[in-house]
Parts: sequence; C-alpha cells; structure tokens
Amino acid sequence: MLLKISNEGVFMKTEKNKKKVKVIKIDLEKCNGCRACELICSAFHANPKYSTNNPARSRIRIYSHPIKNIYLPVYASEYTPAECAGRNKYIMNGQEYEECAFCGASCPSRELFKEPDSKLPLKCDMCEDEPPQEEPLCVKWCLNDALVYEEREEDVEEEVKLDEMETALESLVEKYGIEKVANAMARMTSKE
Amino acid sequence: MRYAETGFNLEIDLSKGSIDKVPTDPKLTELHLGGLGTNAKILWDRVPPEIEPFSPDNLLIFGTGLLCGTPAPGANRTIVSTFSPQTLLMAYSMMGGFLAPELKYAGYDKIIIRGKSPDLVYLWINDDKVEIRDAKHLKGKGALETSEFIKEELREPKAQVAAIGLAGENRVYFASIEHGRSSASRLGIGAVMGSKGLKAIAVRGTKDINIARPDQFIELCNQILKYIQHRQQNPIKGVPPILARLGSPQEMAIHDEEWHTTNFAWGHARHRRKDFWTKETETRWREIQDKAVERLISCYNCPMKCGAIIAYPALGISKYMMKCYSKLTYVMAAMSNDLEFGFKIAGLGQEYGVDGYTTPQVMAFAVELYEAGILTEKDLPGFPSNNEERFFYLLEKIVRREGIGDILANGVYLAARQIGKGAEAYDHNTTKRHEQMVIKLGMLNPIYFLMYSTGEKLNITQIEGQTPQAPLPDDVREEFVRDWIHPPEEWADDFKEFILKWGTAPEYQFPFYPPIDVTCKLVEWQETMHYIDDCTGICAGLSSFPIKPPYHIHNIPLFISNATGLDIDEAELWKITRRNRNLVRANNVRRGLRRKDERPPDDHWKKRFPDYETKLLDEYYKFKGWNKEGIPTKETLNQLDLNYVVEDFERRGIYENGKE
Repeated sequence: MLLKISNEGVFMKTEKNKKKVKVIKIDLEKCNGCRACELICSAFHANPKYSTNNPARSRIRIYSHPIKNIYLPVYASEYTPAECAGRNKYIMNGQEYEECAFCGASCPSRELFKEPDSKLPLKCDMCEDEPPQEEPLCVKWCLNDALVYEEREEDVEEEVKLDEMETALESLVEKYGIEKVANAMARMTSKE
Repeated sequence: MRYAETGFNLEIDLSKGSIDKVPTDPKLTELHLGGLGTNAKILWDRVPPEIEPFSPDNLLIFGTGLLCGTPAPGANRTIVSTFSPQTLLMAYSMMGGFLAPELKYAGYDKIIIRGKSPDLVYLWINDDKVEIRDAKHLKGKGALETSEFIKEELREPKAQVAAIGLAGENRVYFASIEHGRSSASRLGIGAVMGSKGLKAIAVRGTKDINIARPDQFIELCNQILKYIQHRQQNPIKGVPPILARLGSPQEMAIHDEEWHTTNFAWGHARHRRKDFWTKETETRWREIQDKAVERLISCYNCPMKCGAIIAYPALGISKYMMKCYSKLTYVMAAMSNDLEFGFKIAGLGQEYGVDGYTTPQVMAFAVELYEAGILTEKDLPGFPSNNEERFFYLLEKIVRREGIGDILANGVYLAARQIGKGAEAYDHNTTKRHEQMVIKLGMLNPIYFLMYSTGEKLNITQIEGQTPQAPLPDDVREEFVRDWIHPPEEWADDFKEFILKWGTAPEYQFPFYPPIDVTCKLVEWQETMHYIDDCTGICAGLSSFPIKPPYHIHNIPLFISNATGLDIDEAELWKITRRNRNLVRANNVRRGLRRKDERPPDDHWKKRFPDYETKLLDEYYKFKGWNKEGIPTKETLNQLDLNYVVEDFERRGIYENGKE
C-alpha cells in the first residue's frame, strides 16, 4: 500500500501574494518502525536543546501494530477541547485503522500529544529554529525516507479572510433577510 | 543528576512479592559502564558459585546498555545475564528491539529478579507504578501470543513486552526470551525465567533521559547517521554480499544465500553442500522469501532493517517477526531444500520460545541417533520418515519435555551422556557444553581457534567481527586498508599488513600466519569491541560485527563521555573493558572453568596442529594476563582494581593447583 499524506504545516508569508507551504510527505511503505523521529523530536524541543529526550513528549508518534503491519507516523496538530462524537474505522488493503490513528489533535479522548507532566497540548512546529534547520529533524533522522520534506509556494489571494466572512454573511442574509441580520448585529454590538 | 543512565535499579523478589526501586552507586558506572559490566559485578557480588541456576537465589538481570535511551543510533540492547542451566557458567544473552529504551524511560537501568513465584506471574512496569500480576491464564501460551494478550489486557498498546513460551515454562535448557522481532536466546535464560515463575515483563516509560553535553553528543549522532548513509552506498568490495553492508547479516533483505548454504555445514553439522546453490534454488527461494516478507523492520532508533514481519498464511501459521539467520538453521539441519519449511518451523519455534541455533542442532542430533539405532521406535513412537516432519515431531516433544524430549531438552552434550549407548560420540559440535556454529572447515584458522576456545559468550558471532573472514581479492586490498581507520592505533600497522599479505604466498597462509602476537591482537580487538557494545548497548550490527562500522574505538569514548559527563578516553575505555572481561571470566573460574574446557570442537577443522594450538593458547593466556589454566593472575586482577576477586580466589584455593 502506498499512501501518501501531506502534513500541511506552518504557513509563512514570503512576499506579497505568495506563501511558503512546508510539507512532510509520509510514505507508510518505507517506515521501518524505528521511532528515531519521536526521539529526535523530543530532544530538539528539550530545553536546553538536546539535553534530554523522551518520546512521550514528541510531536510525532508512530502509531504502530507490528503484527498487523501497521506503521503510521502522525504529527501533532491543533488542540481540541472536545472529543469527536463518532470513532470511525477505515479499512485499507485489508488493514483496519481507527480514525483516531490518523488524527493529530491533542484531544480529551487520549494521552497522545500532551506533555506527560503538565498535560499541556503539543503541536508540531516544523522545528522552527534560529538559524533555521534545513529540514525538520524527524525528516533528517529518517534515513529510510518514510518522511520527506518539501517546500512549495502557493499564491495567496489577499482578501481570503474577508471573502470568507462576506460569503458567510451573504448566506445569512439570504436565509433570514437583511433586517434580521442587521438587528442581530446591533444587539451583539450593544452587548459588547 | 545522572546522565545517560537513570541511576536506579528495580529489585524484584518473586518469593516475597517485594518491589524496590534502589539507587545505584555512580562509582560502578565509572568502573564498569553499564549493561554486561554492571551485570557481571552484581552476579559476582550476589550469586556465589554454590547457587544452582534454577535456585530461587540465582538472579535474572535485565540490564540496559549505558547509551540505551540516548539518541545514539542503534543503542537499544537489553543484556540479560544469569547462570546457565546448560553450561552452569555465566549466561550471557542479549536482544535488540525496544525493551531497553522503554525501561530507561520508565526510570530504571536494570531489573534484577530473584526468588521464585508460587504461581505464574508477569511484571508490569508503568513508570513508578510496578506490579506483579497474575499470569495463570497465560500458562502454555506462545511468546508472541502472550505479548499481544498482555498489551490488550493492560490497554497499553505502547507497552514493550518480553515473554517466554512453553519451552521456558518447562525449563528447556535452550529456551529463549522473546521480544517481538528480537530474542535473548542463548544458554537457556528463558528456562531460568520459567524457573522463577515469571511469564513476561511489560514496560511503559514516559520520563526523560538526560545528556551531559548535548551539543557535542548530537553532533556525534549526526556523524554516525551520515556515515551509515555513506557506508550503505559503498558496500565493501571483495566480500560476500551478506557481509558487505552494515547491520546484522541482512538475511531478510538479501536473497543470495550462496554463502551460508555452501559454506556452513548441513545436518548435524556434518555435510558441506558446495553445489547446493543453483539457479533454480535461487529462483524458488526468492519467490518464497518475497511472499513471506511483509515488511522490513528495525529495532529502536536504528535506520537498518535487519528484521521482517513474516506473513505466510498458506503455511498455516500466524504472523511473526524474524531476524537474521533462523530462516536457514532449521532448513539446513533438517537437510531440507525447502525454505517454506524454514519459515514455518522458525515461526513455531519462536512461539514456543526456543533458540533458533541450538534447537535445530539438537533435533539433527536426535535424527542421527535414530538412524544409528541408538534411539529406537521405543524412544520415538510413530517417528515420521521424512526429516521435516521429524523436526516438527521433535519440537513438540522437546518443548513439552515429553518422553525422549525430556532428555533432548537438556541440549546435545547432556543428552548424549544421559542416553549413553555410544551417543557421546555424536556430540561433536559443542564447546563448554554448548552447541557451536555449524561450520566445518579444512585448515586450522588460528584467529578463530582462539575465539572458539576462550570465548565465554559461546556464540562466535558475538566475538568475531570487523575483519574479513577470507583473504580479499588482490585488486581491492590496497583500497581496503586505505580508509580502515577502525583498529586501535598501535596495532593498525600489524592489521593492515595482515590484510595486504594474507594468502598472497605460502608463508602468508594459515595456520602459521599471522604471527602469534598479531593473532592475539586481532582476537583481543574483535572481542574487546563486542564487550564494549555489551556495556553501551550499541548493536553489534552497527559496531563490533560488520566490516568498517560507524562506531569504533576512536569515537565510542566520545559518545560515552559526552553522554555521561565522565571523561573516558580510549585507554580508559580499554581498561574498563578488560576489567569487565576479567570479571566475566572470574565468575566462570569460580564455577570451575579451566583450560581443559577451552577447545573448539575436534572436527571444526580437518587439519589440526596440536602443538601449535597449545602454543597459541599459552601465548594468548599470557597476552590476557591469565595463567596457564586460563585464570586471571593476581597481578592482572590488582591492576584492574579487582582485588576482591583475588581475595575470593585465594579463600577458595583457586590458585593452589594451577601455578601462577
């Protein structure tokens, strides 16, 4: 099975109308399950840097079940205060994965991606560093190329955020009429 | 604060049901590092020679290497030490995998187990929470089956488990401790675990491991990773493919088995089949292996892929994980041509928890005795006519200690003596009561003569390494020595000269070449590098075993120093290693090991030179600082701060018979 997942990481504005997208391509076929990525991630984020390591603090985890041939690197993404309602299952090439296996959220339903002592959520920052690292350290330490780093530039339309809000407002107006929406806005404004 | 190590051992007494977290003395790290070194010290201090292997007072120690759990690539070995029911000497077996780092993250350097539980139990170590749990429901279960069951029972898929199978429970003298794709197999340590009523150990750890000088240490790690990439792209020229790259022999990735099948002995270490490897065999075996291997896998923090997940439903066995050479040991011992048979029986052997080297030899020995009429239908009722079926039959008998299996379960040496009727003559491949590698060659090899004779780890692969096993082709010799930075500086010229001259003229042939002093140095170097690995926990596959490995005597002291904050240079590391080597020997001398025990199997080489062999051993003992009986002299021991060993030897009268 060749399953590639793009972990669309930190967005950085490089110049006007361009953004640099950092991508780690994960090739499940190539993972040998060594967990060097977990180790070096936790070492890099130690303070002082590399002074300790502890995979339980890592922002990447290999979800693995060797005897089922499941090796799935997952990156820590956003914190979420609530757990999902459903826990779905995926069957791919005869292997069963829980939906949670793919999920990078630091969430109440599991221990994953929380600092073991403080329980604060962890999130992958692509090894932001000064001076910058050539690539995230999990990628550097993965000699089998299960993790490969790519950068690409994407065009950004300046008013993306505005457009989104306007679209939302327009749909509200369509549904409730402009008067109702204006009144609601007025009430909300006076409450603030 | 302690660096690289945790500074705590976990002491478990299964008779009392007590669990203690005990701080360790940092001075012992300076003297012995960790892993094997400190294991040997604990065994010396606490298990006198009167204690039998299955006595509750014998200890079973799961020791982590000093660098396990640090970012040092490939530092993941668990060193299991106790006294062997088979050899009655210090048993010494190790495994890779994930257990040692997990134990470090849980906050312990070692688990030291004594006593004997009345009922079958398992140990659950979850950081500071440690429990002895009931395992009656796991009785008779397979080793892998047990691991999966425990992880489910504890609802802790991230736990690392080491378990014994039926063979360990039944105290088979070559029972293993199995841990995923790895196992500590040799010398019956699984039987000692079984004798203590301990079915498994499960560990989960979420604590930090500290590094003393982080920037320097991580730089060393990065250099190792870079070198591994370089070395994998530049295999060694002029050696068989299986030895050209890093890792333990790449049996799961490489299909070319010409070297093993044509150089190693088949049956009960009897027959060479120099024409075995044909095009048809290669095609067929490649097909089978491709079908069987589902994924190549590694141990903790190691980029190599020495193991594999084996899935072969057509054979009617469940999935398992395999490493190295056990796909061939059963095939060759059974004189089978069928690699499918190898995958099938090796999987079964692993579930039962038996050593993949000794077990096939014991079974081939039984087949020989049957064919010679020493064992009969009475001993082997319903014995099949086909060798492969016979092996399955014998495996079932042995792991249950049923009928003749009860005797065979003691290994070839002891079984031969128990069976009698001339069976002793068929015990032709053991040293110190232990089954040796199945190699039968022509001309005496003086280097291997010394390693087979004096090795106390009893498995040649845990002593040999880094040196080509046959003369290199003329056109690659110069190139080979050019970047051979690995030998100790003061011996490098001798070793390079050996590589350049070996086999080029009649005077540069075995057995009288290399000169005795160079032979001693070559053996000392190879063995020392293994003993260092056994203390640091670095896998031999990246260090002492392959040719031109990433770790060597020049950079390992830097790893140790920057990880621990101790300042240990090459000379000091060499001295510590000599100390540990002599302490292992002291444990065995105290249990009766003497010169008479130190001989390779008589038929290991066709051409033997008894006088020269005597001289070789004399000179090597002298080189080691041992007397003519192979006992470390008072002077040697005192130099190594082992005065307490001298006192013990004197009290026991050990020096009285052998003159110093």
